[in-house]
Amino acid sequence: MPYRLLKYAFKNPEELGDPRYFDQPEKLKSSYDVVIIGGGGHGLACAYYLARDFGITNVAVLEQGYVGGGNTGRNTTIVRSNYLTPEGVKFYDESLKLYLDLSDDLDINLMYSTRGHFTLAHSDSAMRTSRWRAETNKHLGIDSEVVDRQFIKNEVPYLDLDCGGTHPIMGALYHGPGAVARHDAVAWGYGRAANVRGVEIHQKTQVTGIKTNDDGTKVVGVETNRGFVQAGKVISMVAGSSPRITSMVGLKTPIEIFPLQACVTEPVKPFMDTIIVSGSLHCYVSQSSRGEMVMGASADPQELHSTRSSFDFVEGLTDQMMDLLPFTGGLRLMRQWAGMCDMTPDFAPIMGKTPIDNFYLDGGWGTWGFKATPVSGKTMAYTVANDKVHDLIKPFGLDRFDTYKLVGEKGAASVGH
Amino acid sequence: MKVIDCPHIGKRPMSEFVYGHEVREMPKPSEASDKEWADYVFSRDGAPGVKKEWWHHVPSGIWFVFERDTLTDKFIRLVDIAEVQYEL
Ligand SMILES: Cc1cc2nc3c(=O)[nH]c(=O)nc-3n(C[C@H](O)[C@H](O)[C@H](O)COP(=O)(O)OP(=O)(O)OC[C@H]3O[C@@H](n4cnc5c(N)ncnc54)[C@H](O)[C@@H]3O)c2cc1C
Repeated sequence: MPYRLLKYAFKNPEELGDPRYFDQPEKLKSSYDVVIIGGGGHGLACAYYLARDFGITNVAVLEQGYVGGGNTGRNTTIVRSNYLTPEGVKFYDESLKLYLDLSDDLDINLMYSTRGHFTLAHSDSAMRTSRWRAETNKHLGIDSEVVDRQFIKNEVPYLDLDCGGTHPIMGALYHGPGAVARHDAVAWGYGRAANVRGVEIHQKTQVTGIKTNDDGTKVVGVETNRGFVQAGKVISMVAGSSPRITSMVGLKTPIEIFPLQACVTEPVKPFMDTIIVSGSLHCYVSQSSRGEMVMGASADPQELHSTRSSFDFVEGLTDQMMDLLPFTGGLRLMRQWAGMCDMTPDFAPIMGKTPIDNFYLDGGWGTWGFKATPVSGKTMAYTVANDKVHDLIKPFGLDRFDTYKLVGEKGAASVGH
Repeated sequence: MKVIDCPHIGKRPMSEFVYGHEVREMPKPSEASDKEWADYVFSRDGAPGVKKEWWHHVPSGIWFVFERDTLTDKFIRLVDIAEVQYEL
């Protein structure tokens, strides 16, 4: 190793000029205009748009662990907008558009890479759902179409179209704009850009309680492991910890936590530039820019607040994956992990205002919220700054359950992403 | 492979069971308001804790209620059905 490199190993990173992505302030202030609970992509994006679009900079993002260590750093990074409901399609498409120039906006390479996204159909009913989605998508101006076996064969020559003879592929929903991105960079980029504008990011700072006025109708601050902080407004953006936070203010929601697991193989030469999803086989796969096959399945079957990963998952997933891409049987797995997903009954998020004044909720992101990071940050910032729910997220309010106005996104979101 | 130890059928792989969610008491449909009914249909106690849950053992067709810690995934005990019974 050259001496020039070695000497850096003994230096304090702060002395090296470009030390950290953001400051690590030592002390919490006694009061902030806005406290954001959760330093994942959503929390940091919201902080950024609060500062950039509304000039609200007396903001603290409180993160119990490290920035991006929740589901933001655990997901399989698929970005797409070919959902089933018009509300969902419009919302996710706005996010996809924000992603397109986000690298410039945040001055960081997000490695956003448009790949094309196939949702394979192995049955008549899956073909019908594909057709339904394609028509809804096209109506809303989204690039989305039903394609036949020959098209799939040309685009993904390594796929076994008959899946070992047991689940022959009949066609697919193809979504050209489907993409992948570097998830950590999304969190770091938003964090840095928010910090530059005056937002404080406090890691290793866990919210342990939420303080309300005497009759519990209004939030006034948060208790943390580093003391009490007064807050004008509090936003919960904690994904898999949402029920723990809402229970602190006695708010009931339909959110339940189920782990979602994923894994990667050893890197191989780039050969597959598309994203492949099979609802019937409960699995999906893409190749990362490093060459690893990134693979995932459906969420675990029972509630669990843990990020343990299991052998049952690997066994089930690889069994299905070898039907789709037989050669993967020769690859070794490098890593497997899990994230806690905040699932909702209609597979749509829960966003916006709550019955408690000054308390806002952004949760119910389940297995699909990475793609929504920019748009959820932006619309939540608008909602908090104006105390008025942004049009795009009106269908996602918590009160929809009281009135049975569910969103019905299950058909497009049930396979884990 | 995770194993569930059940006093009635012995140690069985978890994959033989289907999770049936937390045991909850249904309000009387004829008496509950729309809001109470919506609360029953949708709201959940999503925070971690020791919960009584339905588990269906598929091969034998029996529904059991187990107490499980949803933070650690430990099955604590088999619950006597009498404990969770209520008048319909
Ligand atoms: C395996 C897997 C694959 C996925 N694949 C995709 C995909 O391909 N595409 C897609 O769009 N989505 C995907 N998702 C979903 C996506 O990852 C999440 O919906 C999204 O990242 C949520 O972002 P967030 O910022 O809301 O939450 P997180 O990134 O989880 O951030 C929440 C933060 O809050 C912190 N926190 C919690 N409690 C407290 C507290 N009391 N005090 C302080 N801080 C606290 C946590 O430490 C955490 O860092 C996947 C998820 C998993 C697990």
